[in-house]
Amino acid sequence: MPERRVQTAPAGGARRTGIRELVVISGKGGTGKTSVAAALAVLAERPVVADCDVDAADLHLLLSPRVEARHGFRAGHEAVIDGGRCLGCGECFRLCRYGAIERTAGPAGGAACVVDPLACEGCGVCVRFCPAGAIAFPERTCGEWMVSRARTGPMVHARLGVAAENSGKLVSLVRQEARRLAAAEGRTTVIVDGPPGIGCPVIASLTGAAQVLVVTEPTVAGEHDLARVLALAGHFDIPAAVCVNKWDINPQMTWRIEDAAAAAGARVVGRIRHDPGVTAAQLRQLTVVETGTACAEDVRALWRQLGFANPNEE
Amino acid sequence: MIVAIASGKGGTGKTTVAVNLARLLGGGVHLLDCDVEEPNDHLFLPGTNGAAEPVTLPVPEVDQQRCDACGACSDFCAYHAIVSFGIKPLVFPELCHGCGGCALVCPRQAIREVPRRIGEIRTVEAGGVTLVQGRIDVGVPSSPPLIRAVRARAPAQGMTLVDAPPGTSCPVVAAVRGADLVVLVTEPTPFGLHDLELAVALVRELGIPCGVVINRAGSGDDRVHAFCRREGLPILAQIPDDRRIAEACSRGRLVVEALPEYEPLFRQLSGRVTHFAPTQRC
Ligand code: SF4
Ligand code: SF4
Ligand code: SF4
Ligand code: SF4
Repeated sequence: MPERRVQTAPAGGARRTGIRELVVISGKGGTGKTSVAAALAVLAERPVVADCDVDAADLHLLLSPRVEARHGFRAGHEAVIDGGRCLGCGECFRLCRYGAIERTAGPAGGAACVVDPLACEGCGVCVRFCPAGAIAFPERTCGEWMVSRARTGPMVHARLGVAAENSGKLVSLVRQEARRLAAAEGRTTVIVDGPPGIGCPVIASLTGAAQVLVVTEPTVAGEHDLARVLALAGHFDIPAAVCVNKWDINPQMTWRIEDAAAAAGARVVGRIRHDPGVTAAQLRQLTVVETGTACAEDVRALWRQLGFANPNEE
Repeated sequence: MIVAIASGKGGTGKTTVAVNLARLLGGGVHLLDCDVEEPNDHLFLPGTNGAAEPVTLPVPEVDQQRCDACGACSDFCAYHAIVSFGIKPLVFPELCHGCGGCALVCPRQAIREVPRRIGEIRTVEAGGVTLVQGRIDVGVPSSPPLIRAVRARAPAQGMTLVDAPPGTSCPVVAAVRGADLVVLVTEPTPFGLHDLELAVALVRELGIPCGVVINRAGSGDDRVHAFCRREGLPILAQIPDDRRIAEACSRGRLVVEALPEYEPLFRQLSGRVTHFAPTQRC
């Protein structure tokens, strides 16, 4: 397929610096995306690795990073009611559209309201309209991000706090940091382990990328999700490549998925066989290409097919 | 009773557990597919499709006549979804969370809220199972409002299963909140263990009892078992690592139908789930 221009290059333009990002996503989770991304990071020449699956970050379990710097990630605010000042008028309860305010019995027998921090979306409506000025609105710490040295070189990864939102922002931050490191160390390839799904974090991991690789499975669910993921890549005008993992579980379905992928304008770049050696490698904290397991050959062929090693002329 | 099926990451067999449980429970059970980015349950439970009902979020619309470009709405919005730089404001509907704040703060009543479509809900009658499926539109960044709309379809009485989205962030909270029990599905691998630890932390934060289903048992090691023992988490079922299960799922077949020898295992799980003692806090 023709290499299309990316419309939504992030500020600072990856293009100017010659840094190219390969984003590995899956649509449906658990297709082996992380195992493939880690193996590609080992095959790539001097990559920077970014784990953007911040919700279930597993890449570090394969690439043994040594953390060099940790940073808190703050995003948004949360409402906190000062029980001592609350009049129990219930205005916040009426206005909150997220069911985040609970009415309880106050200390003096009257009513009082409390905020459920897991439900608060930080919109600030209650804060603004509380007649007693009883609601504070502090910044929210949502997780942390780390810069590390992994077996493959620099790695940026993160840990999103439980029940946190704004993972899209954290994904953008991890990518931005990975690009910065790449520029600083004269590296041109960034391998991104993307988030599952098609929502905000995935959109944040895709915009401005040079290439997206979708790792899917030959299942009805995989087929169904692939269409949605490719629609998303199309939406952002990013060249897409598709690879079917565990293809021999259902060869007919593999053909169907490959046909559908090609019809949607994606490149079909390889198949990976079902191989218990993937789990065996994981138990040893290695990627499949660092062990002699059967599917390592498939992943090497996939990397060659991707052609990411020698950047295309722009 | 509301039972949520969840997992710290995707692909652990959450959907397999949800759909097979729903089939065995039958008799009016509701299955709410809250994995709205990738709803898959209908692939395993074909039935008669109801009409798709759109789900909307209220977003602001500015009356250009009334607005005097004071900027109060723009100053207020926590998500930069309505922006005015000394001019009449622009609305970015894809950033709007529908909180209603801008309309409330506008001193000239220049803002009215209009519905914006974010996805749809479809109800499928599948042989005794009422499947309620949410599906978010491509390009809509925030799924919790749609998930909450799906969750609102849980009947007051009877058994409801919730197929939660994977992960541990806000969409999962929207799906799992208020459930009586969370069933966490995992694999006996380092990835599975790591993601289970995060999921357990989330469920504890929400104060909901939980149990664990170990899928592909025998494929990895016993660190997940040890973790469950240490943390006092009941193991509700272990589904063996059997390639035929993967093959059946790849065709959209229910395990309990394609491989009847596994029916007792799922029956036992369904018994443990329905009679889960609420004192077993995790
Ligand atoms: S609006 Fe303020 S005073 Fe009224 S119940 Fe809420 S916190 Fe209390
Ligand atoms: S900040 Fe918004 S979401 Fe949070 S409690 Fe107040 S009104 Fe509700
Ligand atoms: S409704 Fe809330 S989120 Fe939407 S534009 Fe208004 S203030 Fe912003
Ligand atoms: S608050 Fe009302 S009057 Fe002021 S800029 Fe916004 S819409 Fe216009």
